[in-house]
Amino acid sequence: MDAANPLYGLIAEFETPTELVEAARRTKEAGFRKFDAFSPYPIHEMDDAMDLHDNRVSGFTFIGGLLGCIGGFGLATWCSFVALPLNIGGRPLISVPMFIPITFECTILLGGLTAAISMLVMNGFPSPYHPVFNVERFAGASRSKFFLCIESADPKFDRQATENFLVSLNPEEIAEVAP
Amino acid sequence: MTTTEQSYETAPALIGTLRKAQNIAAFCGLVFLLITVAGYFLIGPEQFFRSYLVGFWYWFGVGAASLLILMTQYMTGGAWGLIIRRLLEAGAKTLYLFVLLFIPMLLGHERLYWWSTKEGLADKVIQAKSLYLNVPFLWGRWVIYAVFLCLMAYLLIKWSAEEDRTKSVAVSSRLETLSGPGIPIFFILMTFCSVDYLMTLEPHWYSTVYGFLTIISWCLTAMCLVVATLTLLAKDAPMDHALTPKHLHDLGKLMFALTMLWAYLQFSQLLITWSGNLPEEVVWYIKRWNGGYGWASLILLIGLFALPFLLLLSQSIKKNARTIAMVAIYIMVVRVVDVFVMVEPNFAKVTDVHFSMSWLDITAPIGFGGLWLAMFFRNLQSGSLLATGAPDFHKAMNHGKSH
Repeated sequence: MDAANPLYGLIAEFETPTELVEAARRTKEAGFRKFDAFSPYPIHEMDDAMDLHDNRVSGFTFIGGLLGCIGGFGLATWCSFVALPLNIGGRPLISVPMFIPITFECTILLGGLTAAISMLVMNGFPSPYHPVFNVERFAGASRSKFFLCIESADPKFDRQATENFLVSLNPEEIAEVAP
Repeated sequence: MTTTEQSYETAPALIGTLRKAQNIAAFCGLVFLLITVAGYFLIGPEQFFRSYLVGFWYWFGVGAASLLILMTQYMTGGAWGLIIRRLLEAGAKTLYLFVLLFIPMLLGHERLYWWSTKEGLADKVIQAKSLYLNVPFLWGRWVIYAVFLCLMAYLLIKWSAEEDRTKSVAVSSRLETLSGPGIPIFFILMTFCSVDYLMTLEPHWYSTVYGFLTIISWCLTAMCLVVATLTLLAKDAPMDHALTPKHLHDLGKLMFALTMLWAYLQFSQLLITWSGNLPEEVVWYIKRWNGGYGWASLILLIGLFALPFLLLLSQSIKKNARTIAMVAIYIMVVRVVDVFVMVEPNFAKVTDVHFSMSWLDITAPIGFGGLWLAMFFRNLQSGSLLATGAPDFHKAMNHGKSH
Protein backbone atom coordinates (compact mmCIF):
# COMPACT_ATOMS: atom_id res chain seq x y z
CA MET A 1 0.00 0.00 0.00
CA ASP A 2 1.47 3.39 -0.93
CA ALA A 3 1.02 6.63 0.96
CA ALA A 4 -1.12 8.16 -1.77
CA ASN A 5 -3.60 5.34 -1.48
CA PRO A 6 -4.19 4.83 2.24
CA LEU A 7 -6.82 2.16 1.97
CA TYR A 8 -7.26 -1.19 3.67
CA GLY A 9 -9.54 -2.26 0.86
CA LEU A 10 -12.99 -2.06 -0.67
CA ILE A 11 -16.01 -3.67 0.91
CA ALA A 12 -19.26 -4.69 -0.76
CA GLU A 13 -22.50 -5.39 1.03
CA PHE A 14 -24.95 -8.12 0.05
CA GLU A 15 -28.49 -8.92 1.05
CA THR A 16 -28.44 -12.73 0.96
CA PRO A 17 -25.91 -15.52 1.62
CA THR A 18 -26.49 -16.89 -1.90
CA GLU A 19 -25.28 -13.60 -3.39
CA LEU A 20 -22.28 -13.60 -1.09
CA VAL A 21 -21.27 -17.15 -2.05
CA GLU A 22 -21.65 -16.26 -5.72
CA ALA A 23 -19.65 -13.04 -5.23
CA ALA A 24 -16.87 -14.90 -3.44
CA ARG A 25 -16.73 -17.48 -6.19
CA ARG A 26 -16.43 -14.82 -8.87
CA THR A 27 -13.84 -12.87 -6.89
CA LYS A 28 -11.73 -16.00 -6.64
CA GLU A 29 -12.18 -16.66 -10.35
CA ALA A 30 -11.20 -13.07 -11.15
CA GLY A 31 -7.82 -13.89 -9.61
CA PHE A 32 -8.03 -12.05 -6.29
CA ARG A 33 -6.28 -13.78 -3.41
CA LYS A 34 -6.45 -11.38 -0.47
CA PHE A 35 -10.15 -11.05 0.19
CA ASP A 36 -12.48 -12.12 2.93
CA ALA A 37 -16.18 -12.75 3.38
CA PHE A 38 -18.19 -11.81 6.47
CA SER A 39 -21.49 -13.34 7.50
CA PRO A 40 -23.58 -13.48 10.71
CA TYR A 41 -23.46 -17.29 10.65
CA PRO A 42 -21.29 -20.02 9.08
CA ILE A 43 -21.92 -20.75 5.39
CA HIS A 44 -20.61 -24.21 4.51
CA GLU A 45 -20.34 -23.51 0.79
CA MET A 46 -17.85 -20.72 1.54
CA ASP A 47 -14.94 -23.19 1.80
CA ASP A 48 -15.33 -24.08 -1.85
CA ALA A 49 -16.31 -20.62 -3.04
CA MET A 50 -13.24 -18.99 -1.49
CA ASP A 51 -11.03 -22.01 -2.10
CA LEU A 52 -10.21 -22.39 1.58
CA HIS A 53 -8.69 -25.80 2.06
CA ASP A 54 -6.49 -25.29 5.07
CA ASN A 55 -7.27 -28.30 7.29
CA ARG A 56 -4.41 -27.88 9.73
CA VAL A 57 -6.78 -27.58 12.70
CA SER A 58 -7.95 -31.17 12.25
CA GLY A 59 -4.33 -32.33 12.15
CA PHE A 60 -3.56 -30.46 15.39
CA THR A 61 -6.72 -31.90 16.97
CA PHE A 62 -5.66 -35.41 16.04
CA ILE A 63 -2.22 -34.92 17.58
CA GLY A 64 -3.78 -33.37 20.70
CA GLY A 65 -6.20 -36.29 21.02
CA LEU A 66 -3.42 -38.80 20.55
CA LEU A 67 -1.30 -37.12 23.25
CA GLY A 68 -4.33 -37.10 25.57
CA CYS A 69 -4.90 -40.78 24.87
CA ILE A 70 -1.31 -41.76 25.62
CA GLY A 71 -1.13 -39.34 28.55
CA GLY A 72 -4.33 -40.59 30.18
CA PHE A 73 -3.36 -44.21 29.87
CA GLY A 74 0.18 -43.42 30.99
CA LEU A 75 -1.07 -41.54 34.04
CA ALA A 76 -3.33 -44.40 35.12
CA THR A 77 -0.57 -46.92 34.52
CA TRP A 78 2.00 -44.89 36.44
CA CYS A 79 -0.38 -44.44 39.39
CA SER A 80 -1.34 -48.06 39.84
CA PHE A 81 1.81 -49.78 38.61
CA VAL A 82 4.66 -47.52 39.76
CA ALA A 83 3.45 -45.08 42.39
CA LEU A 84 1.00 -47.19 44.37
CA PRO A 85 0.76 -50.82 43.28
CA LEU A 86 -2.39 -52.20 44.85
CA ASN A 87 -3.96 -55.60 44.37
CA ILE A 88 -7.66 -54.98 43.72
CA GLY A 89 -9.64 -58.21 43.78
CA GLY A 90 -6.85 -60.14 42.09
CA ARG A 91 -7.00 -58.09 38.90
CA PRO A 92 -3.75 -57.30 37.11
CA LEU A 93 -1.99 -54.10 38.23
CA ILE A 94 -2.43 -52.68 34.74
CA SER A 95 -6.17 -53.25 34.72
CA VAL A 96 -6.78 -52.14 31.15
CA PRO A 97 -10.61 -51.95 31.08
CA MET A 98 -10.59 -49.74 34.18
CA PHE A 99 -8.10 -47.40 32.54
CA ILE A 100 -10.17 -46.85 29.41
CA PRO A 101 -12.64 -44.26 30.80
CA ILE A 102 -9.84 -41.92 31.94
CA THR A 103 -7.94 -42.53 28.70
CA PHE A 104 -11.05 -41.65 26.74
CA GLU A 105 -11.75 -38.52 28.78
CA CYS A 106 -8.18 -37.28 28.41
CA THR A 107 -8.36 -37.87 24.66
CA ILE A 108 -11.53 -35.79 24.37
CA LEU A 109 -10.22 -33.08 26.69
CA LEU A 110 -6.90 -32.56 24.97
CA GLY A 111 -8.40 -33.00 21.51
CA GLY A 112 -11.11 -30.45 22.26
CA LEU A 113 -8.77 -27.91 23.81
CA THR A 114 -6.31 -28.25 20.94
CA ALA A 115 -9.11 -27.77 18.41
CA ALA A 116 -10.42 -24.63 20.12
CA ILE A 117 -7.03 -23.06 20.80
CA SER A 118 -5.48 -23.85 17.42
CA MET A 119 -8.61 -22.52 15.69
CA LEU A 120 -8.34 -19.23 17.59
CA VAL A 121 -4.59 -18.88 17.05
CA MET A 122 -4.75 -19.69 13.35
CA ASN A 123 -7.61 -17.27 12.83
CA GLY A 124 -5.32 -14.54 14.15
CA PHE A 125 -7.07 -14.07 17.48
CA PRO A 126 -6.84 -12.17 19.70
CA SER A 127 -7.20 -9.27 17.30
CA PRO A 128 -8.27 -6.09 19.11
CA TYR A 129 -8.29 -3.98 15.94
CA HIS A 130 -9.60 -4.74 12.48
CA PRO A 131 -10.03 -2.08 9.77
CA VAL A 132 -13.41 -3.38 8.50
CA PHE A 133 -15.06 -2.00 11.62
CA ASN A 134 -14.24 1.49 10.33
CA VAL A 135 -17.12 1.06 7.91
CA GLU A 136 -20.22 2.07 9.80
CA ARG A 137 -22.59 -0.28 8.01
CA PHE A 138 -20.35 -3.23 8.86
CA ALA A 139 -22.19 -3.55 12.19
CA GLY A 140 -24.86 -5.33 10.12
CA ALA A 141 -22.45 -8.22 9.57
CA SER A 142 -23.33 -9.56 13.01
CA ARG A 143 -27.06 -9.29 12.34
CA SER A 144 -28.39 -9.75 8.83
CA LYS A 145 -25.94 -8.43 6.21
CA PHE A 146 -23.26 -10.17 4.19
CA PHE A 147 -19.97 -8.52 3.24
CA LEU A 148 -17.09 -9.17 0.90
CA CYS A 149 -13.86 -7.21 1.34
CA ILE A 150 -11.03 -7.12 -1.22
CA GLU A 151 -7.83 -5.91 0.40
CA SER A 152 -5.51 -3.37 -1.16
CA ALA A 153 -2.64 -5.70 -0.33
CA ASP A 154 -3.83 -7.98 -3.12
CA PRO A 155 -1.45 -7.73 -6.11
CA LYS A 156 -4.41 -7.36 -8.46
CA PHE A 157 -5.89 -4.51 -6.43
CA ASP A 158 -6.52 -1.30 -8.30
CA ARG A 159 -8.74 1.38 -6.76
CA GLN A 160 -10.90 1.95 -9.86
CA ALA A 161 -10.78 -1.47 -11.54
CA THR A 162 -11.58 -3.27 -8.31
CA GLU A 163 -14.50 -0.96 -7.65
CA ASN A 164 -15.80 -1.64 -11.15
CA PHE A 165 -15.43 -5.35 -10.51
CA LEU A 166 -17.36 -5.09 -7.24
CA VAL A 167 -20.11 -3.14 -9.01
CA SER A 168 -20.40 -5.98 -11.48
CA LEU A 169 -21.19 -8.29 -8.54
CA ASN A 170 -24.33 -6.26 -8.01
CA PRO A 171 -24.00 -5.43 -4.29
CA GLU A 172 -26.24 -3.20 -2.18
CA GLU A 173 -23.43 -0.83 -1.26
CA ILE A 174 -19.72 -0.38 -1.82
CA ALA A 175 -17.53 1.40 0.70
CA GLU A 176 -13.86 2.22 1.18
CA VAL A 177 -12.23 0.69 4.23
CA ALA A 178 -9.79 3.00 6.01
CA PRO A 179 -6.74 1.21 7.39
CA MET B 1 -28.19 -22.96 -7.71
CA THR B 2 -31.94 -22.74 -7.94
CA THR B 3 -34.16 -25.79 -8.05
CA THR B 4 -34.46 -26.79 -11.66
CA GLU B 5 -37.11 -29.24 -12.73
CA GLN B 6 -35.30 -32.52 -13.10
CA SER B 7 -36.58 -35.96 -13.81
CA TYR B 8 -36.31 -38.40 -10.92
CA GLU B 9 -37.23 -41.44 -13.00
CA THR B 10 -35.00 -44.47 -12.71
CA ALA B 11 -32.84 -44.78 -15.80
CA PRO B 12 -33.48 -47.97 -17.83
CA ALA B 13 -29.76 -48.76 -17.67
CA LEU B 14 -29.96 -48.70 -13.89
CA ILE B 15 -32.89 -51.12 -13.89
CA GLY B 16 -30.67 -53.40 -15.97
CA THR B 17 -27.82 -53.06 -13.46
CA LEU B 18 -30.17 -53.83 -10.60
CA ARG B 19 -31.60 -56.85 -12.39
CA LYS B 20 -28.09 -58.14 -13.00
CA ALA B 21 -27.17 -57.63 -9.34
CA GLN B 22 -30.38 -59.39 -8.34
CA ASN B 23 -29.55 -62.39 -10.53
CA ILE B 24 -25.99 -62.68 -9.24
CA ALA B 25 -27.21 -62.41 -5.63
CA ALA B 26 -29.98 -64.93 -6.19
CA PHE B 27 -27.57 -67.39 -7.79
CA CYS B 28 -25.00 -67.06 -4.97
CA GLY B 29 -27.74 -67.27 -2.39
CA LEU B 30 -29.21 -70.40 -3.86
CA VAL B 31 -25.87 -72.19 -4.26
CA PHE B 32 -24.61 -71.34 -0.80
CA LEU B 33 -27.91 -72.09 0.90
CA LEU B 34 -27.94 -75.50 -0.78
CA ILE B 35 -24.38 -76.11 0.44
CA THR B 36 -25.48 -75.07 3.93
CA VAL B 37 -28.44 -77.43 3.83
CA ALA B 38 -26.08 -80.17 2.66
CA GLY B 39 -24.07 -79.43 5.79
CA TYR B 40 -27.06 -80.52 7.84
CA PHE B 41 -26.45 -84.05 6.60
CA LEU B 42 -22.65 -83.90 6.16
CA ILE B 43 -21.63 -82.23 9.42
CA GLY B 44 -24.70 -82.66 11.55
CA PRO B 45 -27.73 -80.72 12.71
CA GLU B 46 -25.97 -79.10 15.71
CA GLN B 47 -23.43 -77.24 13.59
CA PHE B 48 -26.05 -76.55 10.92
CA PHE B 49 -28.29 -74.67 13.35
CA ARG B 50 -25.40 -72.69 14.82
CA SER B 51 -24.28 -71.55 11.39
CA TYR B 52 -27.89 -70.96 10.39
CA LEU B 53 -28.18 -68.63 13.35
CA VAL B 54 -24.98 -66.76 12.39
CA GLY B 55 -26.08 -66.21 8.79
CA PHE B 56 -29.73 -65.62 9.50
CA TRP B 57 -29.20 -63.27 12.43
CA TYR B 58 -26.83 -61.08 10.45
CA TRP B 59 -29.21 -60.54 7.56
CA PHE B 60 -32.43 -60.49 9.54
CA GLY B 61 -30.78 -57.66 11.47
CA VAL B 62 -30.08 -55.66 8.33
CA GLY B 63 -33.76 -55.80 7.43
CA ALA B 64 -34.91 -54.97 10.94
CA ALA B 65 -32.46 -52.07 11.20
CA SER B 66 -33.66 -50.76 7.83
CA LEU B 67 -37.10 -50.51 9.40
CA LEU B 68 -35.69 -48.76 12.49
CA ILE B 69 -33.68 -46.23 10.48
CA LEU B 70 -36.73 -45.68 8.27
CA MET B 71 -38.79 -44.75 11.34
CA THR B 72 -35.94 -42.65 12.70
CA GLN B 73 -35.59 -40.53 9.55
CA TYR B 74 -39.34 -39.74 9.66
CA MET B 75 -38.83 -38.42 13.17
CA THR B 76 -35.59 -36.50 12.63
CA GLY B 77 -36.12 -35.28 9.08
CA GLY B 78 -33.01 -34.27 7.18
CA ALA B 79 -31.65 -34.77 3.70
CA TRP B 80 -29.73 -37.94 4.66
CA GLY B 81 -33.00 -39.72 5.40
CA LEU B 82 -34.77 -38.62 2.24
CA ILE B 83 -32.01 -39.77 -0.07
CA ILE B 84 -31.96 -43.27 1.44
CA ARG B 85 -35.67 -43.70 2.20
CA ARG B 86 -36.43 -45.97 -0.77
CA LEU B 87 -33.38 -48.10 0.01
CA LEU B 88 -34.51 -48.53 3.59
CA GLU B 89 -37.98 -49.48 2.40
CA ALA B 90 -36.49 -52.06 0.05
CA GLY B 91 -34.50 -53.42 3.01
CA ALA B 92 -37.48 -53.45 5.36
CA LYS B 93 -39.51 -55.38 2.75
CA THR B 94 -37.15 -58.35 3.17
CA LEU B 95 -38.66 -58.83 6.63
CA TYR B 96 -41.76 -60.39 5.07
CA LEU B 97 -39.67 -63.44 4.22
CA PHE B 98 -37.08 -63.23 6.96
CA VAL B 99 -39.56 -63.43 9.86
CA LEU B 100 -40.58 -66.80 8.42
CA LEU B 101 -36.98 -68.01 8.46
CA PHE B 102 -37.17 -68.05 12.27
CA ILE B 103 -39.28 -71.18 11.97
CA PRO B 104 -36.44 -73.68 11.32
CA MET B 105 -34.72 -72.42 14.49
CA LEU B 106 -37.94 -72.65 16.46
CA LEU B 107 -38.43 -76.21 15.21
CA GLY B 108 -34.84 -77.14 15.99
CA HIS B 109 -34.73 -75.29 19.30
CA GLU B 110 -33.40 -78.28 21.22
CA ARG B 111 -30.30 -78.34 19.00
CA LEU B 112 -29.54 -74.70 19.70
CA TYR B 113 -30.91 -73.79 23.08
CA TRP B 114 -29.64 -75.90 25.94
CA TRP B 115 -32.35 -74.58 28.24
CA SER B 116 -35.04 -76.29 26.15
CA THR B 117 -33.41 -79.73 26.34
CA LYS B 118 -34.32 -82.30 29.01
CA GLU B 119 -31.06 -81.63 30.78
CA GLY B 120 -31.63 -77.91 30.70
CA LEU B 121 -35.21 -78.09 31.96
CA ALA B 122 -33.96 -80.07 34.97
CA ASP B 123 -31.57 -77.22 35.84
CA LYS B 124 -32.55 -75.20 38.92
CA VAL B 125 -31.74 -71.80 37.44
CA ILE B 126 -33.67 -72.60 34.27
CA GLN B 127 -36.62 -73.77 36.32
CA ALA B 128 -36.66 -70.45 38.11
CA LYS B 129 -36.78 -68.71 34.72
CA SER B 130 -39.40 -71.07 33.29
CA LEU B 131 -42.09 -68.40 33.25
CA TYR B 132 -40.20 -66.81 30.37
CA LEU B 133 -38.05 -69.66 29.10
CA ASN B 134 -40.63 -72.10 27.79
CA VAL B 135 -41.24 -73.27 24.27
CA PRO B 136 -44.90 -72.22 23.81
CA PHE B 137 -44.07 -68.67 24.91
CA LEU B 138 -41.03 -68.72 22.60
CA TRP B 139 -43.42 -69.35 19.70
CA GLY B 140 -45.82 -66.74 21.04
CA ARG B 141 -43.11 -64.09 21.19
CA TRP B 142 -42.06 -64.94 17.65
CA VAL B 143 -45.62 -64.25 16.48
CA ILE B 144 -45.56 -60.86 18.21
CA TYR B 145 -42.21 -59.89 16.65
CA ALA B 146 -43.27 -61.07 13.21
CA VAL B 147 -46.60 -59.27 13.27
CA PHE B 148 -45.08 -56.04 14.55
CA LEU B 149 -42.20 -55.97 12.04
CA CYS B 150 -44.33 -56.87 9.03
CA LEU B 151 -47.15 -54.52 9.94
CA MET B 152 -44.81 -51.57 10.47
CA ALA B 153 -42.94 -52.25 7.23
CA TYR B 154 -46.20 -52.70 5.32
CA LEU B 155 -47.82 -49.50 6.57
CA LEU B 156 -44.73 -47.31 6.22
CA ILE B 157 -44.10 -48.48 2.65
CA LYS B 158 -47.75 -48.20 1.66
CA TRP B 159 -48.21 -44.70 3.07
CA SER B 160 -44.93 -43.51 1.64
CA ALA B 161 -46.10 -44.56 -1.83
CA GLU B 162 -49.35 -42.73 -1.14
CA GLU B 163 -47.37 -39.63 -0.17
CA ASP B 164 -45.56 -39.78 -3.51
CA ARG B 165 -48.83 -39.96 -5.42
CA THR B 166 -50.85 -37.39 -3.49
CA LYS B 167 -48.11 -35.10 -2.10
CA SER B 168 -50.48 -34.68 0.82
CA VAL B 169 -49.22 -33.29 4.12
CA ALA B 170 -51.80 -35.39 5.97
CA VAL B 171 -50.09 -38.56 4.77
CA SER B 172 -46.67 -37.20 5.79
CA SER B 173 -47.86 -36.47 9.30
CA ARG B 174 -49.50 -39.91 9.48
CA LEU B 175 -46.10 -41.45 8.71
CA GLU B 176 -44.58 -39.47 11.56
CA THR B 177 -47.36 -40.41 13.97
CA LEU B 178 -46.73 -44.09 13.28
CA SER B 179 -42.95 -43.85 13.46
CA GLY B 180 -42.85 -42.05 16.82
CA PRO B 181 -44.26 -44.86 18.98
CA GLY B 182 -42.79 -47.40 16.56
CA ILE B 183 -39.22 -46.66 17.63
CA PRO B 184 -39.55 -47.45 21.38
CA ILE B 185 -41.74 -50.49 20.66
CA PHE B 186 -39.13 -51.70 18.19
CA PHE B 187 -36.40 -51.36 20.80
CA ILE B 188 -38.40 -53.20 23.45
CA LEU B 189 -39.46 -56.06 21.17
CA MET B 190 -36.07 -56.49 19.52
CA THR B 191 -34.40 -56.50 22.94
CA PHE B 192 -36.57 -59.49 23.82
CA CYS B 193 -35.83 -60.98 20.41
CA SER B 194 -32.07 -60.76 20.98
CA VAL B 195 -32.55 -62.31 24.42
CA ASP B 196 -34.57 -65.15 22.90
CA TYR B 197 -32.24 -66.08 20.09
CA LEU B 198 -28.75 -65.04 21.24
CA MET B 199 -28.56 -64.41 24.97
CA THR B 200 -30.32 -67.62 25.96
CA LEU B 201 -27.64 -69.59 24.13
CA GLU B 202 -25.91 -68.99 27.49
CA PRO B 203 -29.02 -69.26 29.68
CA HIS B 204 -27.34 -68.54 33.04
CA TRP B 205 -25.70 -65.39 31.77
CA TYR B 206 -27.32 -61.99 31.39
CA SER B 207 -26.45 -58.50 30.30
CA THR B 208 -28.83 -55.55 30.33
CA VAL B 209 -27.16 -53.76 27.44
CA TYR B 210 -27.38 -56.78 25.13
CA GLY B 211 -30.53 -55.80 23.24
CA PHE B 212 -29.35 -52.28 22.55
CA LEU B 213 -25.95 -53.57 21.50
CA THR B 214 -27.56 -55.99 19.07
CA ILE B 215 -29.80 -53.33 17.55
CA ILE B 216 -26.93 -50.86 17.16
CA SER B 217 -24.75 -53.42 15.42
CA TRP B 218 -27.68 -54.14 13.06
CA CYS B 219 -27.99 -50.42 12.36
CA LEU B 220 -24.28 -50.18 11.60
CA THR B 221 -24.56 -52.98 9.04
CA ALA B 222 -27.70 -51.53 7.50
CA MET B 223 -26.15 -48.06 7.23
CA CYS B 224 -23.08 -49.53 5.55
CA LEU B 225 -25.22 -51.50 3.13
CA VAL B 226 -27.21 -48.40 2.23
CA VAL B 227 -24.04 -46.35 1.61
CA ALA B 228 -22.49 -49.09 -0.52
CA THR B 229 -25.71 -49.42 -2.54
CA LEU B 230 -26.01 -45.65 -3.00
CA THR B 231 -22.63 -45.47 -4.66
CA LEU B 232 -23.66 -48.32 -6.97
CA LEU B 233 -26.86 -46.45 -7.85
CA ALA B 234 -25.04 -43.13 -8.30
CA LYS B 235 -23.74 -44.26 -11.69
CA ASP B 236 -27.11 -43.56 -13.33
CA ALA B 237 -30.17 -41.33 -13.10
CA PRO B 238 -31.75 -40.30 -10.82
CA MET B 239 -29.04 -40.75 -8.20
CA ASP B 240 -26.23 -39.39 -10.38
CA HIS B 241 -27.57 -35.85 -10.02
CA ALA B 242 -29.47 -36.30 -6.75
CA LEU B 243 -26.60 -37.59 -4.63
CA THR B 244 -24.13 -34.94 -3.45
CA PRO B 245 -20.90 -35.34 -1.44
CA LYS B 246 -22.78 -33.66 1.41
CA HIS B 247 -25.25 -36.57 1.58
CA LEU B 248 -22.39 -39.05 1.68
CA HIS B 249 -20.64 -36.95 4.30
CA ASP B 250 -23.76 -37.06 6.50
CA LEU B 251 -24.22 -40.81 6.05
CA GLY B 252 -20.51 -41.35 6.70
CA LYS B 253 -20.87 -39.40 9.95
CA LEU B 254 -23.74 -41.71 10.94
CA MET B 255 -21.54 -44.73 10.18
CA PHE B 256 -18.89 -43.16 12.37
CA ALA B 257 -21.36 -42.53 15.20
CA LEU B 258 -22.69 -46.09 15.02
CA THR B 259 -19.16 -47.52 15.03
CA MET B 260 -18.42 -45.52 18.17
CA LEU B 261 -21.72 -46.45 19.80
CA TRP B 262 -21.09 -50.14 19.08
CA ALA B 263 -17.66 -49.92 20.72
CA TYR B 264 -19.07 -47.89 23.60
CA LEU B 265 -21.77 -50.46 24.37
CA GLN B 266 -19.40 -53.41 24.00
CA PHE B 267 -16.99 -51.70 26.31
CA SER B 268 -19.55 -50.74 28.97
CA GLN B 269 -20.68 -54.37 29.13
CA LEU B 270 -17.07 -55.48 29.56
CA LEU B 271 -16.28 -52.79 32.15
CA ILE B 272 -19.24 -53.72 34.34
CA THR B 273 -18.43 -57.42 34.11
CA TRP B 274 -14.75 -56.73 34.84
CA SER B 275 -15.57 -54.60 37.90
CA GLY B 276 -18.12 -57.03 39.30
CA ASN B 277 -16.04 -60.13 38.55
CA LEU B 278 -18.97 -62.42 39.35
CA PRO B 279 -18.71 -66.11 38.38
CA GLU B 280 -22.02 -66.23 36.48
CA GLU B 281 -21.15 -63.10 34.50
CA VAL B 282 -17.53 -63.75 33.56
CA VAL B 283 -18.22 -67.05 31.76
CA TRP B 284 -19.23 -65.13 28.66
CA TYR B 285 -15.88 -63.32 28.57
CA ILE B 286 -13.75 -66.31 29.54
CA LYS B 287 -14.98 -67.98 26.38
CA ARG B 288 -14.10 -64.93 24.30
CA TRP B 289 -10.85 -63.84 25.92
CA ASN B 290 -8.27 -66.57 25.21
CA GLY B 291 -7.35 -68.89 22.37
CA GLY B 292 -8.99 -68.75 18.97
CA TYR B 293 -12.04 -66.81 20.13
CA GLY B 294 -9.69 -64.34 21.82
CA TRP B 295 -8.08 -63.68 18.43
CA ALA B 296 -11.52 -63.23 16.92
CA SER B 297 -12.34 -60.70 19.67
CA LEU B 298 -9.08 -58.89 18.93
CA ILE B 299 -10.00 -58.77 15.25
CA LEU B 300 -13.22 -57.03 16.31
CA LEU B 301 -11.46 -54.55 18.57
CA ILE B 302 -9.07 -53.51 15.83
CA GLY B 303 -11.14 -54.29 12.76
CA LEU B 304 -14.58 -53.09 13.82
CA PHE B 305 -13.51 -50.22 16.07
CA ALA B 306 -9.96 -48.89 15.78
CA LEU B 307 -9.55 -49.06 12.01
CA PRO B 308 -13.02 -47.80 10.95
CA PHE B 309 -12.73 -45.13 13.65
CA LEU B 310 -9.48 -43.79 12.21
CA LEU B 311 -10.67 -44.08 8.60
CA LEU B 312 -14.01 -42.39 9.24
CA LEU B 313 -12.36 -39.47 11.05
CA SER B 314 -11.24 -38.18 7.67
CA GLN B 315 -13.65 -35.87 5.89
CA SER B 316 -12.27 -36.66 2.44
CA ILE B 317 -12.88 -40.40 2.90
CA LYS B 318 -16.48 -39.72 3.90
CA LYS B 319 -17.16 -37.37 0.97
CA ASN B 320 -15.69 -39.60 -1.73
CA ALA B 321 -18.17 -42.19 -3.00
CA ARG B 322 -15.52 -44.80 -3.79
CA THR B 323 -13.67 -44.67 -0.47
CA ILE B 324 -16.77 -44.51 1.75
CA ALA B 325 -18.25 -47.48 -0.13
CA MET B 326 -15.06 -49.44 0.43
CA VAL B 327 -15.12 -48.67 4.17
CA ALA B 328 -18.81 -49.65 4.27
CA ILE B 329 -18.22 -53.01 2.56
CA TYR B 330 -15.24 -53.64 4.81
CA ILE B 331 -17.33 -53.02 7.95
CA MET B 332 -20.03 -55.35 6.62
CA VAL B 333 -17.48 -58.13 6.20
CA VAL B 334 -16.02 -57.70 9.69
CA ARG B 335 -19.53 -57.66 11.13
CA VAL B 336 -19.79 -61.35 10.18
CA VAL B 337 -16.96 -62.03 12.65
CA ASP B 338 -18.94 -60.04 15.21
CA VAL B 339 -22.00 -62.26 14.85
CA PHE B 340 -19.74 -65.33 14.86
CA VAL B 341 -18.24 -64.24 18.19
CA MET B 342 -21.74 -63.58 19.53
CA VAL B 343 -22.90 -67.11 18.66
CA GLU B 344 -20.23 -69.79 18.43
CA PRO B 345 -18.28 -69.46 21.74
CA ASN B 346 -21.51 -70.08 23.65
CA PHE B 347 -21.25 -73.75 22.75
CA ALA B 348 -17.74 -74.14 24.17
CA LYS B 349 -17.15 -75.60 27.66
CA VAL B 350 -16.11 -72.80 30.00
CA THR B 351 -13.53 -75.02 31.71
CA ASP B 352 -11.91 -75.99 28.43
CA VAL B 353 -12.53 -73.54 25.62
CA HIS B 354 -11.73 -74.85 22.16
CA PHE B 355 -11.98 -72.73 19.07
CA SER B 356 -14.50 -74.23 16.70
CA MET B 357 -15.39 -72.92 13.31
CA SER B 358 -17.04 -74.76 10.51
CA TRP B 359 -17.15 -73.95 6.81
CA LEU B 360 -20.88 -73.65 7.35
CA ASP B 361 -20.16 -70.44 9.29
CA ILE B 362 -18.95 -69.00 5.99
CA THR B 363 -21.50 -70.49 3.60
CA ALA B 364 -24.53 -69.58 5.72
CA PRO B 365 -23.89 -65.79 5.85
CA ILE B 366 -23.18 -65.77 2.09
CA GLY B 367 -26.28 -67.85 1.40
CA PHE B 368 -28.61 -65.69 3.45
CA GLY B 369 -26.85 -62.60 2.09
CA GLY B 370 -27.52 -63.66 -1.48
CA LEU B 371 -31.15 -64.27 -0.69
CA TRP B 372 -31.47 -60.95 1.15
CA LEU B 373 -29.71 -58.91 -1.51
CA ALA B 374 -31.68 -60.53 -4.33
CA MET B 375 -34.89 -59.39 -2.64
CA PHE B 376 -33.39 -55.99 -1.93
CA PHE B 377 -32.31 -55.36 -5.53
CA ARG B 378 -35.64 -56.64 -6.78
CA ASN B 379 -37.51 -54.23 -4.49
CA LEU B 380 -35.37 -51.34 -5.74
CA GLN B 381 -36.51 -51.92 -9.31
CA SER B 382 -40.15 -51.19 -8.55
CA GLY B 383 -41.05 -47.54 -8.41
CA SER B 384 -38.98 -44.41 -7.97
CA LEU B 385 -35.67 -44.41 -6.13
CA LEU B 386 -36.43 -41.07 -4.52
CA ALA B 387 -39.28 -40.04 -2.27
CA THR B 388 -40.42 -37.19 -4.54
CA GLY B 389 -43.62 -36.60 -2.57
CA ALA B 390 -41.94 -35.73 0.72
CA PRO B 391 -42.51 -32.15 1.92
CA ASP B 392 -38.81 -31.23 2.02
CA PHE B 393 -37.84 -33.15 -1.09
CA HIS B 394 -36.44 -30.32 -3.22
CA LYS B 395 -34.61 -28.78 -0.31
CA ALA B 396 -33.02 -32.16 0.45
CA MET B 397 -31.95 -32.64 -3.16
CA ASN B 398 -30.10 -29.32 -3.13
CA HIS B 399 -28.40 -30.23 0.12
CA GLY B 400 -24.86 -28.87 0.04
CA LYS B 401 -25.18 -27.39 -3.42
CA SER B 402 -25.94 -23.79 -2.43
CA HIS B 403 -28.47 -21.73 -0.55
